Amino acid sequence: MTLETVFILMGGVPYTLAVTCGALFIGLILGFPLMLLRMTRWPVARGVAMLLIAVIRSVPPIVWLFLIFFGIGSGLFPIDPLSAALVGFGLIAAVNLAEVYRAGMLAVHPGQAEAAAVLNMNRWHSFIDIIAPQMFRVSIPMIATFAIGLLKDAAVASTIGVTDLSYQGRYLTQITYNGLTIMGLVGLIYIGISLPISWLAHAANVHLKERVAL
Amino acid sequence: MSQLWLDTTWADLAGWIIPLLKASLINIQVTLLTLLFGFPSGFFLALGLRSGNTPLRVLTRALVEMGRGAPALVLIQFVYFGLPQVNLTIGSFAAAVFAISVSCACYTSEIFRSGLDAVPRGQKESAHALNFTTVDEMRFVVLPQALRISTPALLGFAILVLQGTTLCFTIALPEIVAQAYEIGSTTFRYFPVLLMTAIFFVVVGVPASFGIGWLEDKTKH
Repeated sequence: MTLETVFILMGGVPYTLAVTCGALFIGLILGFPLMLLRMTRWPVARGVAMLLIAVIRSVPPIVWLFLIFFGIGSGLFPIDPLSAALVGFGLIAAVNLAEVYRAGMLAVHPGQAEAAAVLNMNRWHSFIDIIAPQMFRVSIPMIATFAIGLLKDAAVASTIGVTDLSYQGRYLTQITYNGLTIMGLVGLIYIGISLPISWLAHAANVHLKERVAL
Repeated sequence: MSQLWLDTTWADLAGWIIPLLKASLINIQVTLLTLLFGFPSGFFLALGLRSGNTPLRVLTRALVEMGRGAPALVLIQFVYFGLPQVNLTIGSFAAAVFAISVSCACYTSEIFRSGLDAVPRGQKESAHALNFTTVDEMRFVVLPQALRISTPALLGFAILVLQGTTLCFTIALPEIVAQAYEIGSTTFRYFPVLLMTAIFFVVVGVPASFGIGWLEDKTKH
């Protein structure tokens, strides 16, 4: 185990973070309309959203990435590993975050919407100014938990050739045969990355609890 | 679209069903063995997490955080590529079962812990008043109630374990994704065969998730 080993492993960290953050960003945006569709008054749209979420969640990440990278990538148009990973994990993040947003919506007391209606706010205003901020506030701890899970799932991107942390770990293991040390270190680095996320989420939760009553 | 299908006929698709299902038996075997080892270990870890003995509790907490903090993919490779470093050679099937069991135990320990915590205090106090031994109190009073509370979460986790077994593709276990990839690389029909693999998981996972949702609602009321 040399310093060089650590440098090579650290070279993978930006890719791990790129996949995680990129997919989380896609999920945070796409999850919102999907949640609205899931909670709409039209039963057909609601059913479609529910089925879509269940179907996407039931397929393992590695199958999604292979389907996108080898399936679409080798047939329809070439796609690089990082983009394939972002599309795949973005899709997975979107359906999971839609469920997180939904739990957040359900946690907002119905009296809030009723009070807004009594104050003659229209539905749009009531949603944007009253419901949505509280929904996001409730969602933060769940989003952080999902982000940490996503960080670990993102290791799967190494199977399609994204040169992330676990890819570098496997590469070094194959040339040195020191799997125990190297993969152990890789695991510790993953834990090291997830710690600040949980601290940050905790701090944000405390800060927002003071500002948004709920 | 034709580039995706590459003139794959229904006969081609039908011919892949048997090899894929055969390979999926490996996923199912790994899943069942993992649950067999992982759930009881998770329960004992939960007892450690709730122990009054501080060193034991801290040690269990550290173990659980490590097992949950490292990606399952890394754990699998740690076991499979790591053990030869200490002159222990282990097959990919055994490595898969061992690594996923460890991960399963660490994750389910929290499920068991919250289930055990959810049993009302009065139940334990009553058992104590009735002169139950600690083991009998756990076996006849606390555990049955805790299991009832934990069942939906444990079943949900079992589905995640089945999904997780696909990670064993990376240690050359001939499971369903490895089989699909092999068919893809010999025929270049990656899309249709991977789509079939995805459908396998949808057919197993979607009814299971709706069933678990239904069970969750039922236990809540």
